[in-house]
Amino acid sequence: MTAHKRTDGRTATELRPMIAKVGVIPNADGSAIFSFGDTVAIAAVYGPRQLHPQHMQDPSTGILRCTYDLLSFSVYDRKKPGPSRRSQEISKVTEWALAPAIDLVGFPNQVVDVQIYIIQADAGTRTAGINAASMALAHAGLPMKDLICSVACGKLDKDIVVDLNKDEEDFEGGEGPTDFPIAKFATSDDFTLMQLDGMIQPERVKEVLEVAKEACKEIYEVQKKALKEVIE
Amino acid sequence: MKNKINEVHETEEIEGTSEEVKKRKIVVPGEVIVSGEDYLPSDGTKRVGKDIISNRFGLAEEAGRVIRVLPITGAFIPRRGNTVLGRVIDITFHGWLVDIDTAASGFLPIEESPRFISKNEMDQFLAIGDVIAAKIMGVKAKGIDLTLKSRGLGKLEDGFTFRVSPNRVPRVIGKEGSMINMIKEKTGCNISVGQNGWIWIKGESTDNEIKARNAIEFVTEKVHGSGLTEKVEAMLEK
Repeated sequence: MTAHKRTDGRTATELRPMIAKVGVIPNADGSAIFSFGDTVAIAAVYGPRQLHPQHMQDPSTGILRCTYDLLSFSVYDRKKPGPSRRSQEISKVTEWALAPAIDLVGFPNQVVDVQIYIIQADAGTRTAGINAASMALAHAGLPMKDLICSVACGKLDKDIVVDLNKDEEDFEGGEGPTDFPIAKFATSDDFTLMQLDGMIQPERVKEVLEVAKEACKEIYEVQKKALKEVIE
Repeated sequence: MKNKINEVHETEEIEGTSEEVKKRKIVVPGEVIVSGEDYLPSDGTKRVGKDIISNRFGLAEEAGRVIRVLPITGAFIPRRGNTVLGRVIDITFHGWLVDIDTAASGFLPIEESPRFISKNEMDQFLAIGDVIAAKIMGVKAKGIDLTLKSRGLGKLEDGFTFRVSPNRVPRVIGKEGSMINMIKEKTGCNISVGQNGWIWIKGESTDNEIKARNAIEFVTEKVHGSGLTEKVEAMLEK
């Protein structure tokens, strides 16, 4: 099946080594760090707190506000600091990926701020960011239905592989590069994020989802372990 | 000092009040705590089919048939009946606005002061910057209502305040106030602890005040095994 060998010698369904830790930012109400190999994301949660500007307030529920960005030193060519078209889009999709799991009805007119920063980038930054943010939200003691697990799948020519690194993301040849980030509820099969960059045959999407489900189980175990290690 | 502020910490939420707390374990959101028809879901849990599922990250506690999850991290969530410490930040026509470290600020209506206050003399009773101990009367969408009409509440004069994590407050208080009473006894300080993590200390000398503060910060710092009260006692004797 693996016609194309992966650059780091992994099998098609093998994830990069994961590291997760909770409570890394003492000032925040909740925080976590999550890494897939060389991709490292750090997330901080502040709130629930008063929402300004006031016109954004919702008297029926609290809202979630996410900020995602790459730090300037996280990539080879220095990233110009400040929001970009890309970071704004990822902030928004991250917010949508996390919102279904979190229940803020008890906090009207308030906001929960989630800040995600990538301190080292090697593909799969949005998925690492979502994993870190999900842990940070849980760490902040907020009411949640479930944790969110996220992973990027992709295609190397015809082979479906999980958790692409930068080399694989830029894969040339065969059917070209395919990047398929997915986020889902940890204990059910509800998907909250699905993006596609590249091309894939419609009938193979199901295959990708199966691979992602298996990978998410592994990620969930890592997240759970990190949270349980906090002990107060 | 007019009102003795000693028993401020005697609130409901002290650890281990329920009859027999059996097992305790850390759970993550979405995790099945127990399954079976005879359990009752309480705070932080819900029933899905046969299982009791956790709704938040915290310590799952089984007291008889009731299952609840106590938060161990995160911001202070105000609840009715909590005693909190706060600072007056504004005086309005109807009462005082009090900062109690929550999203919505606390409001102390003029009728909830322990004696009659004329609208012209509000700043003589509580001025901007004064620290008070108050009880949460209710939590509404538009804000938090406070009251001073209870024993041990009122203005905290002199002394100083500092903050600890609100999740450590039960530990600072100890079982039925054992920890805080011991610290008070050993240092001879007046101490009051709010559920929001604010702590006020007033002692005879600055040395004693600092001693008390160090003891409290030691308690909140890290996870200690059993015999924490004894450890603190030994620390204070030195």
